Amino acid sequence: MNMMSEAAVEKALDQKMNTVPFKMIGKDVSVYYGEKRALFDVNLNVRENTVTALIGPSGCGKSTFLRTLNRMNDTIDSCRVTGKITLDDGDIYDPSIDVVELRARVGMVFQKPNPFPKSIYENVTYGPKIHGLARTKAELDQIVESSLQKAGLWNEVKDRLHESGTGLSGGQQQRLCIARAVAVSPEVILMDEPCSALDPIATAKVEELIHELRTNFTIVIVTHSMQQAARVSQRTAMFHLGNLVEENDTDKMFTNPDDQRTQDYIMGRFG
Amino acid sequence: MNTSLILLIVLIVGLAAYFAGRARAMASSKGKLSALHSLPGYHGVYVAIWAVLPAAVVLAVWLIASPFFVESAVRSSLPEAVRSQGGATTELMLGQVMQVANGLKLLNADELAAVTSGSSNLRDALAAKGVPMANAGEAYMVESAQEYNSLKDGSRWAMSAVVLIIAIAGAFFSIRGISAPFRARNRVERVMLGALLLASSIAILTTVGIVGSMLSEAIRFFQSVSPSTFFFGTVWDPRFSAAGSGGTEGQFGLLPLLAGTLYIAFVAMLFAVPVGLFAAIYMAEYAKPAVRGIAKPLLEILAGIPTIVYGFFALVTVGPFLRDMSAQLNGLVTGNYVNFIQAQSVLTAGLVMGIMLIPFVSSLSDDIITQVPGSLRDGSLGLGATRSETIKRVILPAALPGIVGALLLTASRAVGETMIVVLAAGVAARMQLNPFEAMTTVTVKIVNQLTGDLEFNSPQTLVAFALGITLFAITLCLNIYALYIVRKYREQYE
Amino acid sequence: MTDMTSSVQSTFSRPAQATRDIGIKRRYAAERRFRAYGVAAILIGLFFLFVLLWTVVSKGYTAFQQTAITLPIEFSEKIIDPKNERAQNPGKLMTANYPLLVRDALVKALAIDPANKPLVKQATDMVSASARTQLRDIVVANPAVIGTTVNVSLLAEGNIDSANKGQIDLTVAEANRKVKDQQLEWMKTLSGTGAMAKQFNTGLFTYGASSRPEAAGIGVAALGSLYMMLIVLALALPIGVAASIYLEEFAPKNRLTDLIEVNINNLAAVPSIVYGLLGLSIFINFAGMPRSAALVGGLVLTLMTLPTIIIATRAALKAVPPSIRAAALGLGASKMQTIFHHVLPLAMPGVLTGTIIGLAHALGETAPLLLIGMVAFVVDYPGTPMDPSTALPVQIYMWANEAERAFVERTSGAIMVLLIFLVVMNLGAILLRRRFERRW
Repeated sequence: MNMMSEAAVEKALDQKMNTVPFKMIGKDVSVYYGEKRALFDVNLNVRENTVTALIGPSGCGKSTFLRTLNRMNDTIDSCRVTGKITLDDGDIYDPSIDVVELRARVGMVFQKPNPFPKSIYENVTYGPKIHGLARTKAELDQIVESSLQKAGLWNEVKDRLHESGTGLSGGQQQRLCIARAVAVSPEVILMDEPCSALDPIATAKVEELIHELRTNFTIVIVTHSMQQAARVSQRTAMFHLGNLVEENDTDKMFTNPDDQRTQDYIMGRFG
Repeated sequence: MNTSLILLIVLIVGLAAYFAGRARAMASSKGKLSALHSLPGYHGVYVAIWAVLPAAVVLAVWLIASPFFVESAVRSSLPEAVRSQGGATTELMLGQVMQVANGLKLLNADELAAVTSGSSNLRDALAAKGVPMANAGEAYMVESAQEYNSLKDGSRWAMSAVVLIIAIAGAFFSIRGISAPFRARNRVERVMLGALLLASSIAILTTVGIVGSMLSEAIRFFQSVSPSTFFFGTVWDPRFSAAGSGGTEGQFGLLPLLAGTLYIAFVAMLFAVPVGLFAAIYMAEYAKPAVRGIAKPLLEILAGIPTIVYGFFALVTVGPFLRDMSAQLNGLVTGNYVNFIQAQSVLTAGLVMGIMLIPFVSSLSDDIITQVPGSLRDGSLGLGATRSETIKRVILPAALPGIVGALLLTASRAVGETMIVVLAAGVAARMQLNPFEAMTTVTVKIVNQLTGDLEFNSPQTLVAFALGITLFAITLCLNIYALYIVRKYREQYE
Repeated sequence: MTDMTSSVQSTFSRPAQATRDIGIKRRYAAERRFRAYGVAAILIGLFFLFVLLWTVVSKGYTAFQQTAITLPIEFSEKIIDPKNERAQNPGKLMTANYPLLVRDALVKALAIDPANKPLVKQATDMVSASARTQLRDIVVANPAVIGTTVNVSLLAEGNIDSANKGQIDLTVAEANRKVKDQQLEWMKTLSGTGAMAKQFNTGLFTYGASSRPEAAGIGVAALGSLYMMLIVLALALPIGVAASIYLEEFAPKNRLTDLIEVNINNLAAVPSIVYGLLGLSIFINFAGMPRSAALVGGLVLTLMTLPTIIIATRAALKAVPPSIRAAALGLGASKMQTIFHHVLPLAMPGVLTGTIIGLAHALGETAPLLLIGMVAFVVDYPGTPMDPSTALPVQIYMWANEAERAFVERTSGAIMVLLIFLVVMNLGAILLRRRFERRW
């Protein structure tokens, strides 16, 4: 009975999805690497406090799109982005925008866990320190604890905060990276296949975490696993050859997609 | 105020500016640091940069430029009679005026008055203060010297004032711009980037400096000796003529030196290449890790030994050994115990240089050989070829371009080597083919021409720069071609 | 046609057990020969390394001992200050006839007839001429010593020192020998009474240049080298790191950076003597810096060491994985912050290893220093890097050109000291690499 009602609540929530406001809006986004065009006029909107999954076969441009959302593509010399992406109605490619400020608002978690070879404590406090989020040691301690709590890692590491972050297991490292991103209190967290380097048990924990983080953050996740997309997301966008094929509620996407190519991909006909 | 005091004051202003900027940023954050665009420290550094950097630049420019202005002012104050005697005399007098000017500062008021009124002798007055003068000095010199001193003092005071005003103005100007949304970090980082760029330009400037300085001195040399007699001359006899004898110009033929350089390098390579190459092959293809782990660092010790040590080794051990051995051999064969190898000879220098080059050849070739993909090796071994057949027919041909590059780099080293040949090759510049006789090299002659008390502007000294630019050109060609080959080789297997 | 068929058939119909002749024996012999060449090459290399080190050590270890003659010196007022005017004129003590004190002490100790001038001369020749300054320093430091008799340990003259160490061939006729029979006789006497003995040669480490081997040391040269190493470290490390960061992390990849790359690799292979010419022309002639100064030497060596440091630093920066950069950038760190907070600290062991190796090269470098006038006869310690000074390898070069046996010994001794410095530096580099190098 209880179970039923919870599922019902979820369903109701998901059906209301169309009324959730947009956090980020991508309009006619194209990306070029030198001469090569990697994305073709993508129009994709990200809803607030929602997990949006980007799926598609490898090389389809889903990671490229993700990286345009916090301008990580800027680090590649030959990369050029056209179109418009807004965050709360502000154009993030506007010359007046400081990319550092943007990335403090739109955090990122990478495919392979990449903790700094420093202590767990320093890993978490690095972001708050450079952004001036804490004035005292007590405030920093507070941030470390709450971030690690949110990442579900606190109980495992609270006794060894000053040991190296690289000494943790793969799954713990990835959750540390999530805690590190959370510590900056971003509004959006981008995740680029965060579980691809993890074993199934660690994956389950990270997925559970993503689910919980949704209440505080807007999450965009790239995944190559359709099951994962189905498990963690409310909205799903399907990319193919640099085009956005379809964007829809996750339920609908996996049961009754609008586009033939989506259906083929989900059925495993290509990819 | 002297320069270091000014610099110190500017730095103190900078430090104060840092704290002021930081405090202002803190204040404008209204207690919430995240309201600031940049951390307060960046605001502080931003203000400090404005305080220090423009002031330091002005200071540096002033220090470099002011002597020129002061000197030209003093020069025009010299009497017409002096100025009409031409540049060299004027410079000489100017030097003397400066000497006097330094001396005048040591005199007290009474002595100064006595000197200016002409009642006491300038030379004696200065000599009493430990400032020697070449001649008695003229009356105008005191005037010019006083003018020089007053100009210099004036310039110094003006400089101090201007620099300090700029430092304080910079701090005030920049501190007013600080507010919460101000992007101090971006500004500071732009200055840092400028500093990084400046640092990396030093590498370029070094090359420009090498080419520029040597070329300009070499051109001065070629004004007195024609390039064709230098580059194609077969006699090296620079004739260190005593000052004043004049007339004897000497002959500056490059060819005997070049011949010696190439001959000695050739002998060295003849020795180093087979030994180094076989050592590399053995270590890359045969040696067990344990053997390799010991032999490779031991051989590399040879590369870490300073060349002066090799030179000493050649001088006291190898040279006498070869000389005595040749005498013994000669005695055994002909009964006449006269050595036919000189202690300083092409062979001695070449042999010792060869020892020095062994680790260069072996470690460069080792790198190249280990880059040959294992699949090639397996393919050949799989056909039933022996190890040595695989090496000779598959690996070495595949690695050949890289090895040639490595050998060219080694050759460049051999050509430019100095201390071994200075001590072991001898100083006799002659063209001959007997490896048992002494020959000399370009580098030896550069050292010979520039050590000793020589007038810098004579062709005897300037020729060193012509030799230097020749040496630089030769090694440049070798290096660039070698680097090009090695790079292409690496790309092929990456 | 038929022939061919038959030959083909015969090939295939060969009995299975018969092996083809593929020259196994010959080929294995070739294999063994080839291997032997390799072993021989390595052995030749190691042989020369051994001979070289053995030459230096066998010739040089004796340099760490020095013969001294301890004599009871009577600081006679009659000789030092006969007119008793030292109170008015302290300079008198500087110019007194101190060798006379030594002569008198020797005459007494060896019981020589003072009237026999040639014999007395032979005796005084046994003591280093540096005794004059040694006694002067004693008196100037403490004038109360005048009138007393004190045992003073004086340096033996270089040839006597060599003879005492058994390095002089005594079978040579006396006339062709630097040490005479009479002197040998006295040496026996003095050794018998314990007045003459070998002691540890502290002078080798503290003295400066001297034309007398027994009073020559590497102390002054070592200080010059130290100045230069500090200058190189203070300039080359920051400039090299800054340049590498720009080239590796910021510079756009284009023809210009390609050119810089080639340029730096070429600079690393430019003959060192060319840097000496650069220093002479730019620093001394153009900028008017003093000749023979450690400052100029340091600048020249800095330019020479920069390419080595840049190449090592760039390799170390390149080895830091991109994921670390991405992590910091993803958190909103600026590029500068990413590099200075994360990339550079991780690359530091590699940077320091490269720096130490570069410094070791600079420490052993001689040729460029010859050109900027550091082949100087420097007796006093340079107070600042602007003062005339010389360097350890240059001191070795100057001693190597001296003929006396005692100088050969000192040259080898100085080389041993230099090599010990280099070994320590290189070991430090190796340990640093082992201890801190991170494998990604």
